Amino acid sequence: MKSTMLSLLLAGLLLAGGAHATAAEHVHASHAWIRVLPGDLPAGAYVTLQNDGDLPAALSGASSTIYADVMLHQSSTAGGMSRMAMVDAVTVPAHGKAVLAPAGYHLMLMQPSVPVKPGDTIQLTLKFTDGSTLATDFIARPANAMDAGEGHAMPPMEHAAMPHTNGH
Amino acid sequence: MKLCRAFLPALLLVAGLLLAGCQHDEPLPLRLTNISGHMPDLDFKLTDDLGKPVTGADYRGKVALLYFGYTHCPDVCPLTLAQLHVVMQRLGPLADGARILFVSVDPARDTPAIMHAYVNAFDPRAVGLTGEARAIEALSKRYRSAFSREPGSADGNYEVSHSSAIYVFDRDGRARVLATPSASQDDLVHDLHLLLDTGTHR
Repeated sequence: MKSTMLSLLLAGLLLAGGAHATAAEHVHASHAWIRVLPGDLPAGAYVTLQNDGDLPAALSGASSTIYADVMLHQSSTAGGMSRMAMVDAVTVPAHGKAVLAPAGYHLMLMQPSVPVKPGDTIQLTLKFTDGSTLATDFIARPANAMDAGEGHAMPPMEHAAMPHTNGH
Repeated sequence: MKLCRAFLPALLLVAGLLLAGCQHDEPLPLRLTNISGHMPDLDFKLTDDLGKPVTGADYRGKVALLYFGYTHCPDVCPLTLAQLHVVMQRLGPLADGARILFVSVDPARDTPAIMHAYVNAFDPRAVGLTGEARAIEALSKRYRSAFSREPGSADGNYEVSHSSAIYVFDRDGRARVLATPSASQDDLVHDLHLLLDTGTHR
C-alpha cells in the first residue's frame, strides 16, 4: 500500500519535472547479474542502480525477450521464516542508489524461451514508474555464485553500464 | 578360562576409556546456537535425488546440515545453498564428511530429477530430499520448523514461505547447532570443524 502511494507520488513528481528529466536518463546500472538455475526454474536478477538526478526515480519492473515474465520481488526473513512478496516499485533516491541483491529486492525471471547458461549476457529492459526504460546487460552467473563476480573475471558488458561510480 | 580372567580387567579398562571418550563430558565449544539435547535426532523417511528411499540412519557417519526450501525459490534458497557451498569449500577435504540435506517443502513440483539438477548446481555434497507431503510435514514439525504455501497467481505459480534455519547434526545423528541466516559464516565453519574433527564416531 505504502509503496503504491509512494510510486504514484514519485510518478507525479517526475511528470511535474517535465519531459527532460526521465528516470532512465539519470539512472546508471552496475553489478547486473542473473543467478542461473537448472532447467526452466525461475532465476533471480540483481543490479545496483545509481541515480545522478535531483529527483528520486522508481524502478517498477523489467521485461525481456528471453523470459516470458519478469516480476519485481522482495525477500524477507522474519520470525525465522523466509518469504517472498511482489513489490510495486523500488525507489532510487536522488543522488543515491538502490541495490537489488540476494535476500532483498530482486527481479524474478520466469519461463526462459531458450536455455540461459553461465557466461551468457542477457539484456533486460528496466522500467521506471515514469514510463522511461533502461536497457541493461546482465551477466549470467552459476547457481552457486555469490555476486556479479567482477572480482574474478570482469564481464566485458559491465564497463559500458558503469562509467560513473562517483566514489560510492 | 585363565586367559579370560587375565583379559577382563584390561577389557574393562578399554571399555571404560571408550565410554569416557564417547560421553563428551566436556561440551564442545560450539559458537552457534547450541541445540544439543533440545532437538530430536535426525530421523525421516524420504526419497533422495536419485529416487532412492532414504532414512535419517542412512546419513549416520556424516555431519548433516538440514535446510528446508524449494527449487522454484529464486533468491533465498539459492543464496543459502551458495553460502553452504562456500562453507564446504572452506572445510577442504574435511567436507567429504558432511552432507547438505536440502529438503523440499514443495513436493508437488520438486521431483527427484529436478532436485538432483538443482542441488548439484550448488555442491557435490548436497543431497536433495523430497517425498510425501505428510513425511515432509513430519520432519518439519520434528524440528519445530514450519512452511506454508502462499496463494498462487493466475498462471498457477505460487511461492512457499519456509523456515530459514539450518540444523546441524553430528555423525551420530544428534542435533548440535542451529544456524540462522544472520549467523556468521566463520562460526559455521568453526562449529563444523569441531563436529568433523572430534571423535564422535559411530
